[in-house]
Amino acid sequence: MTSELDIFVGNTTLIDEDVYRLWLDGYSVSDAVALRVRSGILEQTGATAAVLQSDTMDHYRTFHMLERLLHAPPKLLHQLIFQIPPSRQALLIERWGYYAFDEAFVREVLGKKLSKGTKKDLDDISTKTGITLKSCRRQFDNFKRVFKVVEEMRGSLVDNIQQHFLLSDRLARDYAAIVFFANNRFETGKKKLQYLSFGDFAFCAELMIQNWTLGAVDSQVDDMDVDLDKEFLQDLKELKMLVADKDLLDLHKSLVCTALRGKLGVFSEMEANFKNLSRGLVNVAAKLTHNKDVRDLFVDLVEKFVEPCRSDHWPLNDVRLFLNQYSASVHSLDGFRHQALWDRYMGTLRGCLLRLYHD
Amino acid sequence: MPGKLKVKIVAGRHLPVMDRASDLTDAFVEVKFGNTTFKTDVYLKSLNPQWNSEWFKFEVDDEDLQDEPLQITVLDHDTYSANDAIGKVYIDIDPLLYSEAATVISGWFPIYDTIHGIRGEINVVVKVDLFNDLNRFRQSSCGVKFFCTTSIPKCYRAVIIHGFVEELVVNEDPEYQWIDRIRTPRASNEARQRLISLMSGELQRKIGLKVLEMRGNAVVGYLQCFDLEGESGLVVRAIGTACTLDKLSSPAAFLPACNSPSKEMKEIPFNEDPNPNTHSSGPSTPLKNQTYSFSPSKSYSRQSSSSDTDLSLTPKTGMGSGSAGKEGGPFKALLRQQTQSALEQREFPFFTLTAFPPGFLVHVGGVVSARSVKLLDRIHNPDEPETRDAWWAEIRQEIKSHAKALGCHAVVGYSESTSICEEVCILSASGTAAVLNPRFLQDGTVEGCLEQRLEENLPAGCGFCHIPYDELNMPFPAHLTYCYNCRKQKVPDVLFTTIDLPIDATVIGKGCLIQARLCRLKKKAQAEANATAISNLLPFMEYEVHTQLMNKLKLKGMNALFGLRIQITVGENMLMGLASATGVYLAALPTPGGIQIAGKTPNDGSYEQHISHMQKKINDTIAKNKELYEINPPEVSEEIIGSPIPEPRQRSRLLRSQSESSDEVTELDLSHGKKDAFVLEIDDTDAMEDVHSLLTDVPPPSGFYSCNTEIMPGINNWTSEIQMFTSVRVIRLSSLNLTNQALNKNFNDLCENLLKSLYFKLRSMIPCCLCHVNFTVSLPEDELIQVTVTAVAITFDKNQALQTTKTHVEKSLQRASTDNEELLQFPLELCSDSLPSHPFPPAKEHLESASSNSGIPAAQRDRCSSWIELIKLKAQTIRRGSIKTTVTVEKASPMGEGNFRNRSAPPCANSTVGVVKMTPLSFIPGAKITKYLGIINMFFIRETTSLREEGGVSGFLHAFIAEVFAMVRAHVAALGGNAVVSYIMKQCVFMENPNKNQAQCLINVSGDAVVFVRESELEVVSTQQPTANCQPSCTGGEVTT
Repeated sequence: MTSELDIFVGNTTLIDEDVYRLWLDGYSVSDAVALRVRSGILEQTGATAAVLQSDTMDHYRTFHMLERLLHAPPKLLHQLIFQIPPSRQALLIERWGYYAFDEAFVREVLGKKLSKGTKKDLDDISTKTGITLKSCRRQFDNFKRVFKVVEEMRGSLVDNIQQHFLLSDRLARDYAAIVFFANNRFETGKKKLQYLSFGDFAFCAELMIQNWTLGAVDSQVDDMDVDLDKEFLQDLKELKMLVADKDLLDLHKSLVCTALRGKLGVFSEMEANFKNLSRGLVNVAAKLTHNKDVRDLFVDLVEKFVEPCRSDHWPLNDVRLFLNQYSASVHSLDGFRHQALWDRYMGTLRGCLLRLYHD
Repeated sequence: MPGKLKVKIVAGRHLPVMDRASDLTDAFVEVKFGNTTFKTDVYLKSLNPQWNSEWFKFEVDDEDLQDEPLQITVLDHDTYSANDAIGKVYIDIDPLLYSEAATVISGWFPIYDTIHGIRGEINVVVKVDLFNDLNRFRQSSCGVKFFCTTSIPKCYRAVIIHGFVEELVVNEDPEYQWIDRIRTPRASNEARQRLISLMSGELQRKIGLKVLEMRGNAVVGYLQCFDLEGESGLVVRAIGTACTLDKLSSPAAFLPACNSPSKEMKEIPFNEDPNPNTHSSGPSTPLKNQTYSFSPSKSYSRQSSSSDTDLSLTPKTGMGSGSAGKEGGPFKALLRQQTQSALEQREFPFFTLTAFPPGFLVHVGGVVSARSVKLLDRIHNPDEPETRDAWWAEIRQEIKSHAKALGCHAVVGYSESTSICEEVCILSASGTAAVLNPRFLQDGTVEGCLEQRLEENLPAGCGFCHIPYDELNMPFPAHLTYCYNCRKQKVPDVLFTTIDLPIDATVIGKGCLIQARLCRLKKKAQAEANATAISNLLPFMEYEVHTQLMNKLKLKGMNALFGLRIQITVGENMLMGLASATGVYLAALPTPGGIQIAGKTPNDGSYEQHISHMQKKINDTIAKNKELYEINPPEVSEEIIGSPIPEPRQRSRLLRSQSESSDEVTELDLSHGKKDAFVLEIDDTDAMEDVHSLLTDVPPPSGFYSCNTEIMPGINNWTSEIQMFTSVRVIRLSSLNLTNQALNKNFNDLCENLLKSLYFKLRSMIPCCLCHVNFTVSLPEDELIQVTVTAVAITFDKNQALQTTKTHVEKSLQRASTDNEELLQFPLELCSDSLPSHPFPPAKEHLESASSNSGIPAAQRDRCSSWIELIKLKAQTIRRGSIKTTVTVEKASPMGEGNFRNRSAPPCANSTVGVVKMTPLSFIPGAKITKYLGIINMFFIRETTSLREEGGVSGFLHAFIAEVFAMVRAHVAALGGNAVVSYIMKQCVFMENPNKNQAQCLINVSGDAVVFVRESELEVVSTQQPTANCQPSCTGGEVTT
């Protein structure tokens, strides 16, 4: 006796949260059954393995049919085929996580081009992270799908993502960061950067979207939140005089040192390193005209600033005091005319550096 | 020109991509009614076209309005080649034809294609202007209301219940016409869908005409079926109960019937032929409690009372017809004569109702059924379907005579069915013989006062159990005792019926689903020989099914079956029998005796030991079941009841016969002779198997109950969470082990496993009850068995239930360890706001984990009508591995209720689809039905030539059933309704050809579209009554299930 056909269709679509998770995590039906057996569900309910198998198959089939709709969540709201209470629809998309992603996975693909080439690497990522290939594919496809939809759209990136994928504010911000990184192809995979979490990058992305993109100056352009403001990057060259002009550099240093004397535990180290640090920060800015250097932004920041400070054991609070003073003192440099440009650059960079400065 | 149909095509959405090059579609719509077609403009390059058409107007006869469906076809415009069809929507406009139902059909309909399934949606508005034509009812029957519900619909009152209406129409099946060889599967499917839609329209109109002839205004318990006879044609037949219904203006108004429409020929015998005795005996005391219009004389009942000591003690209340003593013969004759005079005018005194107004059902005789095996031949003249009519007339005649033999003048809970395999067809009919109170069958004017007094004296809760037949002249040997409730009249020891449990019946404990399952192998044969083989097998099958039912009933410690439905299915090489019923313990009937096992070889020691072991097991099971179902009837000493009457025992109320192709009627005595206790003789392995199979039926897990009637006896604290579902299973038998025993085991396992799966799937609803569990078996191919189940799971309040269940959980179910008990007590708040259940974590932690996960009080969750709000509330993703270090501000600050409402959701989020409930029951727990919008009767075909790509047979059927549900819901929503009651999937014919990667399925569903209002919201709504009707969807807004 073999079961040819075995289905269960409810007027309200039954969705088992645990099976949904197993499905999202990319387990096959038989693996999912095995995992469910291990969870002790048979003992709890007195069911047989055959019942569990049939139940799991049924859920997988439903999810498979739902997946098409999950690709465009607003469709899930309007579709008539599955009657799913609104509260549950939300759970499917967000809380139980069709659009949720694994930290380990996102770190692997963050800043990479969301193309077929990267997709081919998913095998390796799967092996490396221990996340099933299916799950990697889903997460990757989610990134790509969101990217494609919002890429050329007008208006706030976060709002667009929220509207088209019905994600929570929090998750939409994360996706905005992923899209932003993918679009600008920031390098995040170098060994030096391994200590950074997705949260660190997402934080920086948000600051950069807010201040460095086209949308920061004009909210009526295409791609406003995705592309960096090219004009702004060009202008950043002007900052170079801060380190190129020796008098300006000395004046800047003395202003900072005067203000921070006695307030910094690592004052002498700061004093000794000031010129190097300042050169580092300003050169990073000046280099941003080239796409290649934009990509290396985080590598540069870590190399030029985070690492030197860390090797001198600066406490975070000293870094904060230094950066505040470093940015503010420029306003007192009479010979320097690009105050607004400096603030737009340094305001964001300060936030990023503080976030990046940890072990 | 009595009607103008107006249609407006508003917009489409989610259309499929028809032009690969542009990834877009140039869609337009054809609107067709009868032979008239209108077209919209082509809306270029869009998947969400906005046609916003003018009103297309069709001027049509109301006859056509009833027969024809409105056909809407969405096409993709193609400049160079033929336009491609995207899909179709058929809209039955019948609901717009009665005054009280829907006034407009407006909403999003799924665009359906028989090959691709649902492909987007279309927004349509339909209106009908009916002209007030004096001849309006000449050819059409506009205005007659149809209900699938098999009881008087909730917001109506029955003035008169006229009786049986039936009709059938036949046609050639397009699938078997010569043209089918040259047309596409799509064209053929659409031809079939359209034809069936037309035929059901015509059928409904014809039945409506009959109702009008009877001066009724409605059909209740309308059951329409299709017989796909293959080569020989397509039969659409329907039965129902004609009634005159009055809309209840307010729930309180329940006046006696006085103002019915004018008298009509068929009713006259009731009124104009009054029994003189009735009027004279009415006031006289001895007759009171059983006097209806054709009751016997005063003098007679005095005579009869002298024979019984018990009766003489209470001479005042007299006795029923059934307890008639010596004068039985003449009395019966008299009664029968009068019965005849009363109901003879009706060809068939049948009622498709299963639940009745109080006082309607006087006595119940038992189940009557008839089957007949026929050979199908081509229907030569579709306009005169005489043979099919004659077949059914024959069977009905048989049923009628069976009922008469039981001393009954009517049959209630009546239904008909067929099973077809190749050219052999089994026609079946069954019902419950009953004696009815004629008050409802005629103008109530004559005996208003009399009836009222009668009701006062009718013993509550047991009257219907009293035997209607003559004790000494019984149609079969029966064991009678005095009623355990009133102790005045005779009752049988068991009672089988096809109706629902009467509301006033006194039941002890809870009920349970009881099934008898049986397979019999049959040799493959052709035509006549095949029919003969089948008719030879039938009596044995019936006998065994009946024995199984009886054994299982006794094993449960119960004494009555309700909702009995015996289905016999014929296949190429086997016959299947499946009987389902709900067992209960009626307080009025005696306690069932146990089951005794007897061996044939008493000398063998080990054998005897085995026997006694089995006996013990059986006794234990009975005891356990009694506790499980809380059957603890009060002990009654024999003396009170009176000495047992020396009488033959009887096991059966089942009287039936089968006949092959003609009039020979074999009647089968199902009683087991005159043995005192129920003895099972184990004389061969077969019998052993039987006993084993008795014991293998596993009771549902704790917290679950199941029944196939509307409601579960013993549970009344239903909560509002319901889940209707359909489950289908097909198994393939390995041809090697085809013995009767192996077959039986396979079939038994199939059913049991299916039930187990249901319990597992619905475990988050515990404590709950599966109601109206409806099994259908079919044999699509040689070695395939298909079982389809539709039922509804309803949760009930565990707080009240616990008081009763706890005792039995504690006592009896040791195996149900603490885990199970915890599950049972797992609070329902979580389920009722449709939050995820947490089946995995250990039961103890259920509560904490569930509530801490959400972090929001349940009450607030309820109020989140828009899910965007919900998201914002629970913004955090709690997911393994993903880091969400930042604490969202929103989450930290609990929002007030005001914030919820004010928060603006994203533009696309606020037009979510309204929830439409579906249930096979005639009511919705915790809610009040305020309006019936019309009957839903839909027929769909789905075919695929890429079975593997669609996920195999399971994927294909799963998607199709989901689509059918969706289309039903969309139609209900467009009518302005928010639920379908009395929903039934009448047919689910599935055929596959895996080698060709093909499959086809036909589904026929029906139900009543209604508007319901939650009882909790009733007060609010009543203050704004005028608006409530036009925006019913708002009522479903709160909790969705």
